[in-house]
Amino acid sequence: MADTTHTAPFNRARSADENLVKRFFRATEIDTRLLGMVGAMLIIWIGFYFLTGGLFLTSRNLWNLSVQTASIAVMATGMVLVIVTRNIDLSVGSILGFVGMIMGVLQAELLPQLLGFNHPATWIITLLAGLLLGAAIGAFHGMIIAFLNVPSFIVTLGGLLVWRGATWFVTSGRTVAPMDATFRLMGGGTEGSIGATASWIVGILACIAIVASILHSRRQRKRFGFPRRPISAEYFLAAVGCALVLGAVAIANNYPWPANIARKYAEANGIAWPEGGLFIAHGIAIPVLIAVVIGIVMTFISTRLRFGRYVFAIGGNPEAAELAGIKTRWVTVRIFALMGMLCAVAAAISTARLNAATNAQGELDELYTIAAAVIGGTSLAGGTGTIAGAMLGALVMQSLQSGMVLLGIDSPLQRIVVGIVLVTAVWLDTVYRARAK
Amino acid sequence: MTEQRTPLVEMKNISISFGGIHAVDNASVDLYPGEVVALLGHNGAGKSTLIKILSGAYRRDSGEILINGEAAEINNPRDAKKYGIETIYQTLAVADNVDAAANLYLGRELRTPWGTLDDVAMEAKAREVMGRLNPNFQRFKEPVKALSGGQRQSVAIARAILFDARILIMDEPTAALGPQETAQVGELIKQLKREGIGIFLISHDIHDVFDLADRVSVMKNGQVVGHARTEDVTKDEVLGMIIMGKVPPKAIPGPGAMQMA
Repeated sequence: MADTTHTAPFNRARSADENLVKRFFRATEIDTRLLGMVGAMLIIWIGFYFLTGGLFLTSRNLWNLSVQTASIAVMATGMVLVIVTRNIDLSVGSILGFVGMIMGVLQAELLPQLLGFNHPATWIITLLAGLLLGAAIGAFHGMIIAFLNVPSFIVTLGGLLVWRGATWFVTSGRTVAPMDATFRLMGGGTEGSIGATASWIVGILACIAIVASILHSRRQRKRFGFPRRPISAEYFLAAVGCALVLGAVAIANNYPWPANIARKYAEANGIAWPEGGLFIAHGIAIPVLIAVVIGIVMTFISTRLRFGRYVFAIGGNPEAAELAGIKTRWVTVRIFALMGMLCAVAAAISTARLNAATNAQGELDELYTIAAAVIGGTSLAGGTGTIAGAMLGALVMQSLQSGMVLLGIDSPLQRIVVGIVLVTAVWLDTVYRARAK
Repeated sequence: MTEQRTPLVEMKNISISFGGIHAVDNASVDLYPGEVVALLGHNGAGKSTLIKILSGAYRRDSGEILINGEAAEINNPRDAKKYGIETIYQTLAVADNVDAAANLYLGRELRTPWGTLDDVAMEAKAREVMGRLNPNFQRFKEPVKALSGGQRQSVAIARAILFDARILIMDEPTAALGPQETAQVGELIKQLKREGIGIFLISHDIHDVFDLADRVSVMKNGQVVGHARTEDVTKDEVLGMIIMGKVPPKAIPGPGAMQMA
């Protein structure tokens, strides 16, 4: 009953005839669709847990899952904005391939000649050049779409072919390896993880941020005398948020370095090898950290900045947005430039993880990225979608694949399953939306 | 007499054609501060097209627009807003998937010193304006899509008021509304008049606007049939202008008036 007593007067009448569950959702303002996705993911996880005899829900597999998801999750955040404005980007996989190849050549062949081998600035120059190139390609696509009025489907379908072809031409199809040692950290692995202590610090900082943001929004609403969430709901949200963060950190910290790497490390640092082996935790992988930071930044852009507001307004009613004085064409260009930049980030993660830039890098990624965004609740009709949903969508897709790999299912069958899941998920979402009206 | 003052808006000899069809042909209309002018005509008479030239949605082929007696260059909706011209469209042009406050401030968002959206301040102002306009309105957190036609219309009108519009264009403002909401909009128009705002009401249905308007301008086949003060003419006479282009004695004929043989 505590819920109702704190609710604003006009909500009280409505709450009276609602059951406890409905009241709970109204009080916490939790997105029920997002919750449904979390539920679906948990079902997948638990299902695989039993099918694989417990292999799926180990800290090792979950850690790997997080690293494998990072690259698609990064691109899915941008794809949300693209789809929200009723566009599509089919070229992300090819942009990833091309930018990845350029970054590979830059750090493995060009920069060592100029700066010397393993120069400390190599990785940052490479990354910045990649980001710039990605943004330029995206902006170029965006300009053709916005100013020449060519449908984005066609422009990026062309881009899919052009940039994949261009990738081949950079080295005539040759794979470039190895990557710079610092650059490689972006791909995760034993080295590319931040370790137990730093992980806990990140986790605690995240908890502080969660509590601070809840307090801030409550204080803001109080200042203007708006209805506020019941205080019990605030405690609940803070508790769940912190528990999730700290739980994830605990899992990452529970996955130790492989014995041989730990042994080498012990020898190198003069640590005596203990009887039961040395437990050195991985902690959070750097690509996962990158993806999470990008998720937060993109959420900030889409909900707190004018640009994000315009993106959603255009998606809901392009004509109204134009009449309201929004420069819709430039917004389109900026969306695609941002998408290109995120492809560059994804390219850095995947080339670093592979420790090579190849011809086929990112092939079919455009489809997984779009699928992640759509499974995550982004409507192809435009106007709706969330960054968090898209990232969760990427995690769901990767969970399916990872689980099927653990079960030893052939890759053709994997694709069939992923395809069926995509269609089913969107169908369920359509049913949900029709009901919600 | 109002005619001694400088008109708020004067559109002189405006023409525009689409693919050889003269949608608006040599049309002239004017509007004074605190005045409501109803622009009447059949569907396709050119009234919406004429007014979209004023609101910047279309660019005229020829003619000139004077705002407060000075020539105005209006090439897009942003230009129109600079002159204090706000439009409420018959298609209820609101961004469907953002909330009322976001719609009120769309294109001119309030921002915090850090450059982020100041949603709370916008919501506060939205609650204030909407409170004046439609006290029953409480659904500030929901996307406009979920609102009724009348509520959406009040959001659109609130948006115009919020930005101190001096010239308000209402294209079929009550077409999507129920009787009670129509009365509400009528009240609102009277209040806006008192504040010295000039209003163009566009409608094909004379009953919607006759009681609200000070003057009527009638269009037919892209041309202006004539202008009249509502106190000088009857509804039937105005209907005659709309349907046949027949100009009653007390009205001022325009280029589109029926030629008496």
